[in-house]
Amino acid sequence: MIRIDTVTKRYPDGTVAVDRLSLDIPDRSITVLVGPSGCGKTTTLRMINRMVEPTEGTILLDGADIRDQPVTALRRSMGYVIQNAGLFQHRTVVDNIATVPRLLGWSKQKARARAAELMERVGLDASLAKRYPYQLSGGQQQRVGVARALAADPPVLLMDEPFSAVDPVVRKGLQDELLRLQEELGKTIVFVTHDIDEAVTLGTMVAVLRTGGRLAQYAPPAELLSAPADAFVEDFLGTDRGFRRLSFFGSATLRLRTAPVVTADATAEQIAAGAAEAPYVLVTDADGTPLGWAEPRDLTAGRIDPARLLPHGRPFVHGTGSLRAALDCAVLSPTGWAVAVDEAGRAVGVVSQQAIGEAIRAAHGTHRAEAAEEAGVTG
Amino acid sequence: MNVLHYIASFFADAAHWHGYDGIPARLAEHVRYSLLALALATAVALPLGLLTGHYGRGGNVLALVATAGRALPSFGLLVLMFILLGFGLVPVMVPLVVLALPPVLVTTYEAMRSVDPSPVDAARGMGMGEARVLFQVELPVALPLILSGVRSAAIQIVSTATIAAYVSFGGLGRYIVDGLYQLDYEKVVGGAALVAALALVTLGVFWAAGRFAVSPGVRHAGRRT
Ligand SMILES: Nc1ncnc2c1ncn2[C@@H]1O[C@H](COP(=O)(O)OP(=O)(O)OP(=O)(O)O)[C@@H](O)[C@H]1O
Ligand SMILES: [Mg+2]
Repeated sequence: MIRIDTVTKRYPDGTVAVDRLSLDIPDRSITVLVGPSGCGKTTTLRMINRMVEPTEGTILLDGADIRDQPVTALRRSMGYVIQNAGLFQHRTVVDNIATVPRLLGWSKQKARARAAELMERVGLDASLAKRYPYQLSGGQQQRVGVARALAADPPVLLMDEPFSAVDPVVRKGLQDELLRLQEELGKTIVFVTHDIDEAVTLGTMVAVLRTGGRLAQYAPPAELLSAPADAFVEDFLGTDRGFRRLSFFGSATLRLRTAPVVTADATAEQIAAGAAEAPYVLVTDADGTPLGWAEPRDLTAGRIDPARLLPHGRPFVHGTGSLRAALDCAVLSPTGWAVAVDEAGRAVGVVSQQAIGEAIRAAHGTHRAEAAEEAGVTG
Repeated sequence: MNVLHYIASFFADAAHWHGYDGIPARLAEHVRYSLLALALATAVALPLGLLTGHYGRGGNVLALVATAGRALPSFGLLVLMFILLGFGLVPVMVPLVVLALPPVLVTTYEAMRSVDPSPVDAARGMGMGEARVLFQVELPVALPLILSGVRSAAIQIVSTATIAAYVSFGGLGRYIVDGLYQLDYEKVVGGAALVAALALVTLGVFWAAGRFAVSPGVRHAGRRT
């Protein structure tokens, strides 16, 4: 665990970048530092690998003061990823990644073998190994930066806005990749961002800092969204906080309607049974793959006309998908009903906006009850 | 009689190819003075430029020294040294070294200052010591600019080394000084042509050194940023 204990950083010009900050950063999880520009995120991160020395307070790594070991040894045990990757342009991709192993005295051959292994890990094609940084896209450079930080298998990874210089699609890919990697590697990651969405997506714990370097709130993302500590945090979370919070509620509790899901050769009775429960029936092929919505009063000779279906929209995965995904599908669906599918993409039911709304209210209720219970236990 | 004619007849004269005043001997002398002066200047200016550039300190002092160095006339310095020290290699080396110091010093400093700070930050953050940061991160990227500084110093030395002849030293300046004295314009123009040719060869040598020493990643990086 990394323990930041009442740390203050005052720069020589008098700027107080971090003010009596205390944070316990848990092992094997992603802790995100988030906040507006200039609130001291970078300063905090750089104090952990002693790129910046605190004016007051101490930082402990597994119980020992980080100043107890030589600064280079400390840094070599912590991967460091920065915004523009900071690759060495005179070195090839493999040699960039092999930097820390080489510093640790590994043979060139062993370091390169390790680098090749990491390229695969972070999703870089082996054909890029001999390229120079100028021959890579921004997203690829950032992957090399992550691979380089991981090369010596450090237990700690410090990342300062590593994905903020790439476009949203690439950023999403890199975020997913980081979560997948973290699943495999279980590093203690401290991640700095000014993007609250990124914080909520990646963080196991999120520390919101306010200008002047003070801690505004330190909580898991779901708690942050449901119970912001004050007006500053609430403001920082933005106007769609409620909607975002739905990401943390699973869709398993949704009561799906199965009768309105029919195959294209459904009988009149089946269609009638479906129509009794929903204004539209969802038509699937023989395998259960959704084809589109049919309006029961718009049938041709009592049968479904596959040529006249309304598009079914994007479905959500029942169970693993969140209530946010379900609501999003319902909002975008031409019928106002969301289509639930299983992992294989077969329709398992449909659900109305109203039913989703009820599930949201129920989820909030459960959440509040749990929170109250927790408060009762600990308080 | 035109210049080309002078050059042709200078090189055609078999007498110019032998002995202590022959082209090979004079050329060798000239190259020797130039290399010595360049080596001395670089030995002083390069480490100074690298360190000041790396630590980002002393830039102002450096610029001042460089301006002062540039303001000193080489020929005046030569005469002064000659008066103070008499005959010898030292009075010849001093003006040449003084001439070469500013370009090497200033470009090395500027080259180090212009290195992108983010890889340097990353290098420190990964646990590289200052010496490694300087030699393994900054220097390889600053190298093209540093080489250009050394190159312009070398060119200036090659052309200025002719003044050695005024204090009875050798080198290609001999042809120019003696030629003027003897009103032998063939000799003057031939000597000047040799100096120009040597300057071109120097350019070529630096071009080759750049190809050899600068990483392709740095050489091409400028084309796409
Ligand atoms: N070397 C320095 N000297 C003086 N002040 C500094 C220095 N570095 C940062 N600061 C100041 O300290 C404060 C916090 O800076 P820091 O870089 O930690 O912010 P940040 O949260 O990372 O901001 P951003 O999101 O813009 O990167 C700012 O007011 C900044 O101007
Ligand atoms: Mg920052």
